[in-house]
Amino acid sequence: MESLLSLLIWLPIVGAVSVLVIGNNRSDLARWVSVVVSLVVFALSLNLWAGFDPSIQGMQFVENSAWIPQFNINYHIGIDGISLLLILLTTLSTFLVIIAGWEVIQNRAADYMAAFLIMEGLIIGVFSSLDAILFYVFWEASLIPMLLIVGIWGGQNRVYAAIKFFLYTFLGSVFMLVSLIYMYIQGGSFSLAALNELPLSLTEQSWIFWAFFLAFAVKVPMFPVHTWLPDAHVQAPTGGSVILAAIMLKMGGYGFFRFSLPITPDASSEFAIIVIALSLIAIVYIGFVALVQKDMKKLIAYSSISHMGFVTLGVFALFSIVKMGTDGQIYSIAGGSLESVYLGLEGAMIQMISHGFISAALFLVVGVLYERLHSREISSYGGVINSMPKFTGFAVLFALANAGLPGTSGFVGEFMVILGSLQANFWYAFFAAMILIVGAAYTLWMVKRVFWGPIVNSDVSTLSDINAREFIVLAILAVAVLAVGVYPQPLIEVMHVSMVSLLEQALTTKLPVAL
Amino acid sequence: MMDYQFNIADLCFALPELFLLGAISVILLLDLFVSERFQNLTYYLTLATLAVMGYFAAGLIGESTVIFDGTFVLDSVASTFKVFIAGFSIVAMVYSRYYLRVHSLLKGEYFVLVLLSVLGMMVMASAHSLLTVYLGLEIMSLSLYTMIAIARDRAVAVEAALKYFILGAIASGLLLYGMSMIYGVTGSLNIADIASFAMISSLTSEQVLILNFGLVFLVIGVAFKFGAVPFHMWVPDVYHGAPTSVTMFLSTVPKIAATVMLVRLLIDGLGGLQAYWADLFMILAILSIGLGSLVALMQTNIKRLLAYSTISHIGFILLGFTTGVVEGYGAAAFYVLAYVLMSLAAFGTIIVLNKQGFEADQIVDFRGLSKHSPWFALIMLFVMLSMAGVPPFIGFYSKLFILQQVVSAGYIYLAVAAVVFAVISAYYYLQIIKTMYFDDAEKEFSVTAPLDMRIILSINGTLILVIGLMPSYWMELAISLF
Repeated sequence: MESLLSLLIWLPIVGAVSVLVIGNNRSDLARWVSVVVSLVVFALSLNLWAGFDPSIQGMQFVENSAWIPQFNINYHIGIDGISLLLILLTTLSTFLVIIAGWEVIQNRAADYMAAFLIMEGLIIGVFSSLDAILFYVFWEASLIPMLLIVGIWGGQNRVYAAIKFFLYTFLGSVFMLVSLIYMYIQGGSFSLAALNELPLSLTEQSWIFWAFFLAFAVKVPMFPVHTWLPDAHVQAPTGGSVILAAIMLKMGGYGFFRFSLPITPDASSEFAIIVIALSLIAIVYIGFVALVQKDMKKLIAYSSISHMGFVTLGVFALFSIVKMGTDGQIYSIAGGSLESVYLGLEGAMIQMISHGFISAALFLVVGVLYERLHSREISSYGGVINSMPKFTGFAVLFALANAGLPGTSGFVGEFMVILGSLQANFWYAFFAAMILIVGAAYTLWMVKRVFWGPIVNSDVSTLSDINAREFIVLAILAVAVLAVGVYPQPLIEVMHVSMVSLLEQALTTKLPVAL
Repeated sequence: MMDYQFNIADLCFALPELFLLGAISVILLLDLFVSERFQNLTYYLTLATLAVMGYFAAGLIGESTVIFDGTFVLDSVASTFKVFIAGFSIVAMVYSRYYLRVHSLLKGEYFVLVLLSVLGMMVMASAHSLLTVYLGLEIMSLSLYTMIAIARDRAVAVEAALKYFILGAIASGLLLYGMSMIYGVTGSLNIADIASFAMISSLTSEQVLILNFGLVFLVIGVAFKFGAVPFHMWVPDVYHGAPTSVTMFLSTVPKIAATVMLVRLLIDGLGGLQAYWADLFMILAILSIGLGSLVALMQTNIKRLLAYSTISHIGFILLGFTTGVVEGYGAAAFYVLAYVLMSLAAFGTIIVLNKQGFEADQIVDFRGLSKHSPWFALIMLFVMLSMAGVPPFIGFYSKLFILQQVVSAGYIYLAVAAVVFAVISAYYYLQIIKTMYFDDAEKEFSVTAPLDMRIILSINGTLILVIGLMPSYWMELAISLF
């Protein structure tokens, strides 16, 4: 199909409008329409995967038509392997979230479903835009449904969390907008392909790099701009936390891949060490912060920040492995081959996908408990296994995956990044590997306190085990976690060629070559 | 000096103004004689007058001529702005009627005054002489002062009218003073003559000095009409004190007139001194954006909040004029039109909240609106996000085009400052969204606004999104004006 990608972007949005028209008074109909729309979108995205040729360099499913010709802004979309994986993650997560919110959300159910569908369309737009302004429009617009989701269906302190979330990310992105405009003035185009080619001096690149960095680092989120995340996660309804952790954080990682590396390669190389340092701080320090949390959602939120540190580490470690000379030529590669660079980059990507599954699953697990006892405090639980054996099985699986158990997806990404960074510097790998210990500590300790042990709270003994709907949602995620853990090869195949061209761009200097 | 030959055929170029003047006289007389029962007659005649006038103005688009001994110009700026003035005034009248009715202010004079001020704006749009500018400005302003005082038993309204009048008179005086200096140097009131004089590079340093002196006073006059910092003191009080429907009119259509006044005086007239006035505007712009964003944070009255928000939007408009290129002026014109569209929808939604004996002007009055009337809450959501500059609404594109021109002119630091303040101002727009969506209502509420108002407001709100998705045509239009 010619316009499959456009269909993926706009179908959920049109579906959402019809759900809004159906209205909250006919919420059952609204639920069914939403679930059908999201299922169709998921099926279409599988179709996209089937039609995707992983051996081709460059973008596929490209659509390009003039949008604002006065400023050479085009409706230009297309995908490569990196986008494809994230789009699949988006469509799957949205489908799961809509099922998971089925009977949980009674207040304004149609609005709730519509918000998630709109967000799905906008985020697919983010992952497929090939025009910087189009990207920015989708990027910012996706804040709106999330703001409303946190603010309307959130917990006690939801207003604070929603506004903090919005302002943090808004502030991060406006500088990106200014630097995009600057580059447009230089090069006369907002097209990503043109921006990738645009020659920029190191000073210009440095400013643009930091503007981009602010936008993407807030989203990832990296230490020290991560403080909005625990608030937003704790206050958001379960579905909101799932989408936030599974997809919205990935938008930041995607930005590094799509913007920072190709557009500002020299500045990325220059400042890689700072990014790596911040990633390691996030991995280790935030890991310890997670250890002391009393609130389950907060614990998972901090664990998310810590795990996302692997993504930025894996990406920027490449500049410690490959040393560039001042003439723009590669001057040395640690270990002699680019293999460890690919381990880092592809490990980062797998870590994003895997974190998408695991964090989504963990937030759903907390959601299941919260619906029953209306508490997220670890201390309110204990001995849940006695009343909810099936549920505990899933919960323990996801907890182990979060701790990086071999055989689960959590292990693959982290292991690849650690191996890759080992070539860069032993200490990077050393600190990154610490997470395996700290991560295991906070996750398993939480499992121990919540699921094992004697029942202290008499309410826990009255808990009913998960119903069929919850079982399906958790089972799909469990299969995904195990499949990626045991056999990650298909993911790597899909993205490898895209990574090759990305690396080529990242290692091509934009500075005038000194003769 | 040549003798002036009056040419009867020239009258057709002033057809919209002449028709309007005739209609005003008729409506004024009719209103005296119709009884209370036919009160709606004035209203419908007003709408019809504005529509016919807009139609005449639209028919003149493409004409380009100077008539009446060089005092009246017809060009694309004039004709296009006249059409927009007519169109936006119609929308404002539809919203006004409901407000005036529930607050027992519905009088024929109101509509006549609106038409008179529109006449003033039309004259300003076509002004080609300093005198015509001043004439148009005073027709507009005097009608506006009176409109505010129409709620004569409300102390705040009278205070607002008096304040606006006194400060407005001072600003007019300063403007006249500046005009007299420019007349003194150039020896002409005709804008084209002034332009060719100010272009000459062989001016003596004394002439440049006096021209610059005059220029400063002209800039003050323009800045006052816009409400740019530091000439903004009247804005919050007048917005607050005036009846909401007057505030709405005041904050929308006259801003188009102020823009056209700036174009006539500074671009058409003193374009040769662009470098001088651009620097002045840069300071005014950044102060307006900053103060407008910061002070609005502390407001609890929605009209005061929108007053400060207007001040910060004005800053963005002025930024567009500092660039000195046609695209920059086009971006500013686009911003003005986008701003008026958003502002009308914002005040329209406030007016919808009004009821018999209930004046909605506090932010808390929006509590739980999304539950009672989700559609109007959604429109207000569009407006607020659009004003904050969040895509895909029209407000984002207007900011984008301004920023683009500012960066292109080399003022990156201005662009950075502007976006930082835009983020700060997002906070108070979010507060209104929060009030509508996240807070629970204290009392039951049902919309009693009539159908015509609901339809126009719905179109108004939808346009904010639709033009945001397809801004290209309007952008082209705005650039082609200059």
